[in-house]
Amino acid sequence: MNGVQLWAVQRGTAMILAVAVVVHLVTILVAVRGGLSAAEIIGRTQGSWAWLGFYSVFALAAGLHGAIGLRAIAAEWAGWRGRGFDLAWVAIGLLTAAFGIRAAFGLFGA
Amino acid sequence: MSEASPRLRVRVWRGNAEGGALAEYAVPARANQTVLDVVTHIQREVDPTLAYRFACRVGMCGSCAMVVNGRPRWTCRTHVSRVAKDGALELRPLANLPVIRDLATDMAPFFDKWAKARGSFQPKDAPDGAVPEEFAPGDFAVGDFAVVPPASKQREAADAGIECIGCGVCYAGCDIVAWNPDYLGPAALNRAWTLVNDVRDGGKKDRLAAVAGDAGCHACHSTQSCTAHCPKGIDPSGAIAGLKRGIFWGVR
Repeated sequence: MNGVQLWAVQRGTAMILAVAVVVHLVTILVAVRGGLSAAEIIGRTQGSWAWLGFYSVFALAAGLHGAIGLRAIAAEWAGWRGRGFDLAWVAIGLLTAAFGIRAAFGLFGA
Repeated sequence: MSEASPRLRVRVWRGNAEGGALAEYAVPARANQTVLDVVTHIQREVDPTLAYRFACRVGMCGSCAMVVNGRPRWTCRTHVSRVAKDGALELRPLANLPVIRDLATDMAPFFDKWAKARGSFQPKDAPDGAVPEEFAPGDFAVGDFAVVPPASKQREAADAGIECIGCGVCYAGCDIVAWNPDYLGPAALNRAWTLVNDVRDGGKKDRLAAVAGDAGCHACHSTQSCTAHCPKGIDPSGAIAGLKRGIFWGVR
């Protein structure tokens, strides 16, 4: 990936995150204030393709966005530059996303 | 100058590439005095070995920029009364550039980056810069000037950045330059954006390729120090944003 593509992905994921974070926070507030139990929450997420899709996209966007941002910070503050570090950041981004997607899938299949 | 006349306490960084320290001078305070006047007084009346650089004294040449009380400024157009704190001034050479001696920095890296950003005009009709021999029918005649309406959108975008005097103030004030020595910096990128908007220029494709990536416009975090510091009121941060947009969408 070159700088232009990284920039485009960073902007694109930022737009997704702007919406997704709001939906995520509102969901948490509703669940907490409404007094939903764990069983009730799982009852809603289980088998729900909508929730699985939403949180998969959210996790992927967060993983990539975080990794690209950390890559810039590491390059500027620690001087970590070059292909090896770039590949490491791709791995870190995808791994972070995988954790989130795995959690979403866990609620889907629970 | 009488004994009782008010004095400025001026601390000036003296040294070279190996290092240096602040030296203190007392300079007579005068009405409407500029920071460059203060430096000139020290060099002429107190210590002739002080190295600094200036030429026009009227804000045209971009030679006299220094760090004044922690902030990069053009010293010839900066009144002491506006920047002195309790009659004290601290003068250092421009940041982010190698020091030659005292207040004179080596501007070569700064201008090398202008060249890297393809900062020279590439005439569309005469790539080698020669006067065009012939034009297609309907075009302007030999020896005429290209007609560029001043109110056209692209010319206004070019005009927004064209008054840059290359003083290096934005470059010295930029955090990204400090963190990433390869970064082309605000002035070079502002120049590139100015030429991208010049309808007479034929070098857009090369130029946009030259300014893309981690050493180019995509390194900028839009913290806008350049825009805040520019003595000419230019907005390099906006120019860099323009380059990012232009590269993404494929400029015209």
